[in-house]
Amino acid sequence: MTIIEDSPTTEREFGRARKRKEDARLITGRTKWTDNIQLPGMLHLAMVRSPYASATISAIDTSEAKAASGVVGVWTGPELAGSETGLPCAWPITPDMKAPTHPSIAQGRVAFAGEIVAVVAARSAIDAIDAAEKVIVDYDDTTPVLDMEQALAEGSPLVHPELGTNKNATWIFDSGEAGTGDSADAAIAAARTDPDSIVVQRRYRQQRLIPAFMEPRSTVVDPTGEQITVWSATQVPHFVRIFMALVTGTPESKIRVIAPDVGGGFGGKLQFTPEEVITFLLARAIGKPVKYTESRSESMVSSHHGRDQIQQLTLSAKRDGTVTGLKVELLADMGAYLGLVSPGVPILGAFMFNSIYKFPAYRFECTNVFTNKTWTDAYRGAGRPEATFAIERLMDALASELGREPMELRQQNWITHEEFPFTTVCGLTYDSGNYEAATAKAMELFDYDGLRREQAERRERRDPIQLGIGISTFTEMCGLAPSRVLGSLNYVGGGWENAAIRMLPTGKVEVVTGTSPHGQGHETAWSQIVADRLGVAFEDVEVLHGDTQVSPRGLDSYGSRSLVVGGVAVSLAADKVIEKARVVAAHLLEASPDDLEFAAGNFTVRGTDQSTSLATIAFASFDAHNLPDGIEPGIDAEATFDPPNFSYPHGTHLCATEVDTETGVVTIRTYVCVDDIGTVLNPLIVEGQVHGGLAQGIAQALYEDGVYDDSGTLTAASLATYHIPSASDLPSFTTDRTVTPATSNHLGVKGVGEAGTIASTPAVVNSVVDALAPWGVDDIEMPMTPMRVWKMIQSAIPSSTTGGNA
Amino acid sequence: MSTRSVTVTVDGVRYTDDVEPRTLLAHYLRERLGKVGTVVGCDTSSCGACTVHLDGRSVKSCSVLAVQADGSDITTIEGLTTNGELHPMQRAFHDNHALQCGFCTPGMIMAAIDLLSNNPDPTEHDIREGIEGNLCRCTGYHNIVKAVQAAAGQQSESAPQAVAATGGVA
Repeated sequence: MTIIEDSPTTEREFGRARKRKEDARLITGRTKWTDNIQLPGMLHLAMVRSPYASATISAIDTSEAKAASGVVGVWTGPELAGSETGLPCAWPITPDMKAPTHPSIAQGRVAFAGEIVAVVAARSAIDAIDAAEKVIVDYDDTTPVLDMEQALAEGSPLVHPELGTNKNATWIFDSGEAGTGDSADAAIAAARTDPDSIVVQRRYRQQRLIPAFMEPRSTVVDPTGEQITVWSATQVPHFVRIFMALVTGTPESKIRVIAPDVGGGFGGKLQFTPEEVITFLLARAIGKPVKYTESRSESMVSSHHGRDQIQQLTLSAKRDGTVTGLKVELLADMGAYLGLVSPGVPILGAFMFNSIYKFPAYRFECTNVFTNKTWTDAYRGAGRPEATFAIERLMDALASELGREPMELRQQNWITHEEFPFTTVCGLTYDSGNYEAATAKAMELFDYDGLRREQAERRERRDPIQLGIGISTFTEMCGLAPSRVLGSLNYVGGGWENAAIRMLPTGKVEVVTGTSPHGQGHETAWSQIVADRLGVAFEDVEVLHGDTQVSPRGLDSYGSRSLVVGGVAVSLAADKVIEKARVVAAHLLEASPDDLEFAAGNFTVRGTDQSTSLATIAFASFDAHNLPDGIEPGIDAEATFDPPNFSYPHGTHLCATEVDTETGVVTIRTYVCVDDIGTVLNPLIVEGQVHGGLAQGIAQALYEDGVYDDSGTLTAASLATYHIPSASDLPSFTTDRTVTPATSNHLGVKGVGEAGTIASTPAVVNSVVDALAPWGVDDIEMPMTPMRVWKMIQSAIPSSTTGGNA
Repeated sequence: MSTRSVTVTVDGVRYTDDVEPRTLLAHYLRERLGKVGTVVGCDTSSCGACTVHLDGRSVKSCSVLAVQADGSDITTIEGLTTNGELHPMQRAFHDNHALQCGFCTPGMIMAAIDLLSNNPDPTEHDIREGIEGNLCRCTGYHNIVKAVQAAAGQQSESAPQAVAATGGVA
């Protein structure tokens, strides 16, 4: 199936709303999801998972399962104990961090409901599932640790008794100590005794979320070649290869990892999983291809969760509204184990609580806590949504305390466009931005003043449907990279990205990227970069990715890094191709390389009509019949990019909600966002990323809750009970942009994958709280279900029978 | 385990197979017929990723037993094109960037075609209500709604038989 597009034009590709190449397969079902793979003699796995959150395993009887139809074998912890080292944590945030061993399969005890205790291999998936139900496990369950504050209290049961504590680590940043600002403690203490100052303290809860990518995870391992081939529904095939080698003691060169079509990730597939290790170990042991595909219910309990913080916040300000200090004390729930970057997720937020505001003093202190729940790790935004939520809610709280207009208060405190580059109280240098421009555009699109008038009217006439207006003027740090900074934060990996360009003799171009898309549209976007740079047709560019044998160097896709780091590498590789080709072109045109101009795919001798095309050079370099002395055949090139700084997208998001004060139902009436993500490569893809990001951020505000019962069972363990929004739960969005190019890369791009999610949650919550301000409501815990909203209204009514200040 | 014979026509090809009575249509399509364009996203009939047309009406193929489909005519995402031409709904999804990872897309397209066959001129509200049984995690539905609106507009311009000709709806 081909999609016939508009005929090729000479229009510049950069900035063009190209429809995606990827779609041709995806809309016709010509897809290669991992679970589609069938290989000769392939066996299927089913996992036996603990129903208990905390228990020791006293006995496992596998005899009946082993005898069941189609079963090849059943394995338990002791049988696999020696064949792996346990799963790694790649971000030990402090030297004294406490980390439990993390076996892929339970060794005598379980620490969360959903942990794998046995695995069945059978000739069909259904045989494996049937037999798994015949595995009899005797548990001695103990009281689970579920609450972070209780977990830290004296005498709490321990998630991992061998650690002697439920505390993973405490990580502190203090601008006074770092020399990047003053002491926040001192600023707050001074404000407490100063009649011209105010101190605002709030406690916010970031509930637990589940990434809930649409494609359940699946892994196929084929051990029948010289390399063991692993297909996995992962965002990070390069990580999987390295860690599979380290964890199983297999030479890295004997492992090939392929991420075929991957159905979403959102950070949830930024992981190296027990299931991947078990599938690998059993394929190697049995000598046959083995597949494991999780059910959705398994995915909900065993794929990592996100967020889950308690935030204690203290802000000091002058009574004229100028902020003077900010202190952040966090508890972050790690769950039962540490995943790849679990401890570092809250640290990614550490530098963002000050956001766009000029705080002179800042302190951040985060304690990571173990509980008997599914472990947490990256979920879209990873640390930055939590920080943005806190500061944007806090700015509203300060405005409310001072009786100020919330946008005006923000404007008083934010970095003005003349002040860039601006070094923040955290020591980060924001390279570019214009908060005034984005805000002005958003307020106009939103009709901010008109909605404020309507709000006043509805308050006046005590309309049962109240209108709320919520603001979020956010920034974030993304484009992860830079390697040196990641190293200074004790992250074990780098942040660079690699690309290679192969100029094929037939005139086609192959682009090899180390990024690993799973819905982002890199095949289209990278084609646009190369088509522009090399002057070749968009259709003639083929983008290859997600296979460690094809793209051996790469650090994959997460943290809004793909374009900002990987796309820039692609562009740099194209420049190298041109420089290599220039030498050959000069030789063929009998001119000096310095006299050649390259444009639209042709080298021309300056001031003449003599020219030759890049395709001609590619073939001349292939047949190598007439190359300059000392020049190797081929003009392929490779580049690796490691940016000097993060990038800092920003924007202004405005949300109008209608709150039915009789039922508590919240309806989003208008959502406007104006994002500045630097230069835009493909506006169609950008808008799609923003829409999807908004949906996930709004879902945190209104719908999603990874809630556990008192026994440590995840009650939101299916898509019937965990409320990811449907089309009827969401509005259409108004999106627009302002552009201040990034200065940390030559494309000027900043990244867009996480912006919508980071910005939107506080906009929605601020809006609902604003609607209920006449009732004296100043916070509603997320998700703001009708029940919670209604209860807030009810509890406020006795003290405000006059309708507050309505 | 005992089996039963089923005969179905899937994307224009007739198949007869012995299946366990408990086999879900979704699994039969994927594992026996290799119709892996149809995917399974959940185990509670919540996500709609496995939606196909059964005798012209959209069904979640995880909530139908293969034996219940005996004698039926089934269209999957793989059978939507005719003579190499995309179905208008497929094209609308492409034109409006109504997909990102593409995992929900087969089911979403099948559900959207059925929606328009029941309601050729839906409002935005109708569309949102009509596809609420199909979950997407990437797009926020914004562009999916636009795509369905675009397909509806195109359908009303080009006479009703265009829809019937796509084989979707009886």
